Amino acid sequence: MDTLINWLHEPWPWYVAGPMIGLMVPLMLVIGNRSFGISNNLRHLCAITQPRHVDVVFFKYNWKEHIWSLYFVIGTGLGGFLAGVAFANPNPVALTPGALAMLLSWGFTAPGGALIPPELFAPTVRNLTFLFTAGVLVGFGTRYAGGCTSGHAITGLSTLQLVSVYAVLGIFAGGLLSSWLLVPLLLQ
Amino acid sequence: MRRYIPYLLAGMAFGFILVKSEAASWYRIQEMFHFQNFHMFGIMFSAIVTGLTSVQLIKYLGRRSLDGQAIEIPVKPPGRKSYIYGGLIFGLGWGLIGLCPGPVFALVGTGSIGALAVLAGALHGTWLYGALKEKFPH
Repeated sequence: MDTLINWLHEPWPWYVAGPMIGLMVPLMLVIGNRSFGISNNLRHLCAITQPRHVDVVFFKYNWKEHIWSLYFVIGTGLGGFLAGVAFANPNPVALTPGALAMLLSWGFTAPGGALIPPELFAPTVRNLTFLFTAGVLVGFGTRYAGGCTSGHAITGLSTLQLVSVYAVLGIFAGGLLSSWLLVPLLLQ
Repeated sequence: MRRYIPYLLAGMAFGFILVKSEAASWYRIQEMFHFQNFHMFGIMFSAIVTGLTSVQLIKYLGRRSLDGQAIEIPVKPPGRKSYIYGGLIFGLGWGLIGLCPGPVFALVGTGSIGALAVLAGALHGTWLYGALKEKFPH
């Protein structure tokens, strides 16, 4: 019992977590012939909240057919609460020496102290503006590309779709650009 | 309501895994983009291999879903530009905040106000795309 509790508190290695994430693809197919993906929910939430007098065609569809997907992300939030609060890891994120050196040179005082750095995520006006703006890029880009990491990198590549290869290449190139150029610039 | 319970449970498992694997950590994403740690690459590769194998197995067995539908492997619409440009824009955001949509929902669950700001931004970005869709190459 103690080992189970310890295991629930500890961070999981990639070879445990990766296959479990991969199993989401067949799981969703088997549960109800659904395609695993997260970012479509952003569209559904827009469709649900779009006022009658606003007439964006992209959000005019029967979102009720996609309620299952909203249940999935509500679950994701609950799972996040369980793993991040109820069974929180008491230890800092075990960073590699290379990452640690880089983060210290960027001016972080306690890199890895929590999942997300307070330097960027503590609710100050500056941080919230930054997070909201980057969030706009995430929302716009995922819809433009028709999916995010789950829909393209996991579901798309698992089902051998060429368009997902394009999307993943774009995503990785964008990520390299911002983590090598924009993040250090921002932290100066 | 009852027929949605399996999705809620699957989502809970997903959120739990995202946090436990630290895929929902800004630090792990920076390590990945700077090639300092195999961890995130290991997660992605093993997830894809597992997904690929099990999808092939489902194809081979020709199974029906639990609610009796014939399982169809979803096909994404053809194109190139929208996937590359959209991916680039998303990637720019991902590299900055170190969270893709799955982890955003997982971290909102932990009570992070910062993650909530990301979610608010992502909803606005999605709406902006919907409103301006015709103006961008696809």
